[in-house]
Amino acid sequence: MNDAPPVVPKIRIRGLCKAFGDKVVLDGIDLDVTPRTSMVVIGGSGTGKSVLLKCVLGLLEPDAGSIEIDGRDVLRMERAEAEAVRARIGMLFQNGALFDSLPVWENVAFGLLAQHKVAKGEARGRAEEVLAQVGLGPSVGALWPAELSGGMQKRVALARAIAAQPDILFFDEPTTGLDPIMGAVIDNLIVDCVKRLGSTAVAITHDMASARRIGDRVAMINKGRIVWEGSATALMDSGNEVVDQFTHGRHQGPIQMELRR
Amino acid sequence: MSKLLDAVAAVGRAVFGACRLTGRIALFGLDGLSHLARPPLYGRLFLRAFLDIGYYSLPVVALTAIFTGMVLALQSATGLSRFNAESAVANLVVLSMTRELGPVLAGLMVAGRVGAAMAAELGTMRVTDQIDALQTLSTNPMKYLVTPRLLGGLLAMPLLVVVADVLGVLGGYVIASVKLGYNAEVYLTNTINFVQTDDVVSGLVKAAVFGFLVALMGCYHGYNSRGGAQGVGAATTYAVVSASVLILAFDYVLTELFFAR
Repeated sequence: MNDAPPVVPKIRIRGLCKAFGDKVVLDGIDLDVTPRTSMVVIGGSGTGKSVLLKCVLGLLEPDAGSIEIDGRDVLRMERAEAEAVRARIGMLFQNGALFDSLPVWENVAFGLLAQHKVAKGEARGRAEEVLAQVGLGPSVGALWPAELSGGMQKRVALARAIAAQPDILFFDEPTTGLDPIMGAVIDNLIVDCVKRLGSTAVAITHDMASARRIGDRVAMINKGRIVWEGSATALMDSGNEVVDQFTHGRHQGPIQMELRR
Repeated sequence: MSKLLDAVAAVGRAVFGACRLTGRIALFGLDGLSHLARPPLYGRLFLRAFLDIGYYSLPVVALTAIFTGMVLALQSATGLSRFNAESAVANLVVLSMTRELGPVLAGLMVAGRVGAAMAAELGTMRVTDQIDALQTLSTNPMKYLVTPRLLGGLLAMPLLVVVADVLGVLGGYVIASVKLGYNAEVYLTNTINFVQTDDVVSGLVKAAVFGFLVALMGCYHGYNSRGGAQGVGAATTYAVVSASVLILAFDYVLTELFFAR
C-alpha cells in the first residue's frame, strides 16, 4: 500500500481557451506538470504552443479556464500577487529577445536588479558567474547582443532566464535557428540548469531530438487541444496516429488530411 | 439607397474608429504618466530621452531656427515696406519666433528625428519579444520604456525652444543688420523692448505640449506595432505623421487659449 500524499502539480492547467477573433487557438487545454520535472509540448506551427506559454506567463489573457501554480489560480489572484508568482518563472524566448540597448552583463543581471536580489555594485560579478554556468567567459559580459553569434545569444538568454534561480523555467523553441551541434549543446545546458536549480521546466518545440533530450514527459498539442501525453521515451512509439505522423515527419496522416481540406 | 447607407455606415465606422483610437492614445498617455507617481523611476532612461531630444536635436533645430529667422526678416522687410513699416521687422521676427515658429518648427523637427526613432526602437522591441521579456523580468514595460520618454519630451522641448528662439532672432538680426542695412543696436533694442514675458512663456508651454505629443505618438505607435519589419516601418510613419498633425492642431488650440480675446 502506498500512503504517500498525492503530488500537487507545480502547474495545473484546466480548460484553457484562447481565441483571436474567429480563430480559436486554444480550445480547452488540460495539462499537469509535476514539480522538478521537464514537460515538453510539441506540435506543428500555429497550433498554439507559444500562446499557451504566453497565457501562463500573463502576457496574454485567456478567454476561459484556470492556471494553477503551486495549487493557486493565478488568473483569479490580485494583480500584484500574480506578478509575484510569475516573478518566479524564467523564460527563454525563441529568438533570445536580448535587450540590444544593454551590454550582455546588464541583460543577464536585469531580472536580479528588478527583483532587488542583488545590489547594483554586485550585479556585474553575479552576471559573470551566471555566464560561466552557460559556458561563457567574463569578457562576453562587455559585448553587445548584436556582436554575438546565434548560439551565444541563446546562451546569454539562458543565463538571463536562470539568473534569478526561478522555480519554473519556460523554453520557447530553444534550438530553433541553431545547427544540430549547437542545438545539442543548448539542450544539455538546459538539462544541467534545470537539474542544478531543481526547477520545473516547460519547453515547447517541434524539434524531436530536442524534445527527447530535454523532456521527462511530452504532450502533443493539435487543433488547440492536448491530443497525447506520455513519457519522452515513449514519444517515438506513442500509438497515437497524430503523434506518430508528427514525430516521424510523414506526409500522410491526419494532420495533412486536415491541411488539405 | 443602399449605396447611401453604405456611405453613411463607412463614415460612422471612421468616426467611431477615430474616437476609439483617441481614447486608446489618451489612456496610454495617462498610464505612462501615472508611473511618475510610483517608484522606481528609471533616471538613466529619462536622461537618455532628455539628451536625445534636448541635446542631440540641437543641430537640426538650430539650423532650422536660424534660416527661419533669416527668411522672416527678409520677407517681413519687403512686405512691411509696402506700408512704410520697415521699423516693425524686429518686432515681427521676435513675436513670430517666440510665439509660433520656435515651438512649431522645433516640434516638427523633433517629431521627424526623435519621434521616428522612438517608434522604431519600441517597435523593434515589440516584434522581437523584448517587451514581453521585460514583463517576464518583473519590469513594467510602460514604466521602463514609456514614462521616461514622455517626461523627457515634456521637459527637454522647452529648453530646445529657448535655443531656437534665440537663434531665430539672431538669424533675423544678422540679415537685418548686414543685408538690409538696419542699425544693429536699434534692431536689438526694438527686439528686447517689444518682446513680453507672455510671448516667451506661451511658446515654452507650447513646446512642452509638443514634446509630450511627439514622445506619446512615438511610444504609442512603436509599443503597439505588429507584423515584423513592415509593421515597424508603418509605426514610424504613423508616429511622425500623427505627431506633426497634432502639433499643428494643438498649436491652434493653445493659441486660442492664450491669446483669443
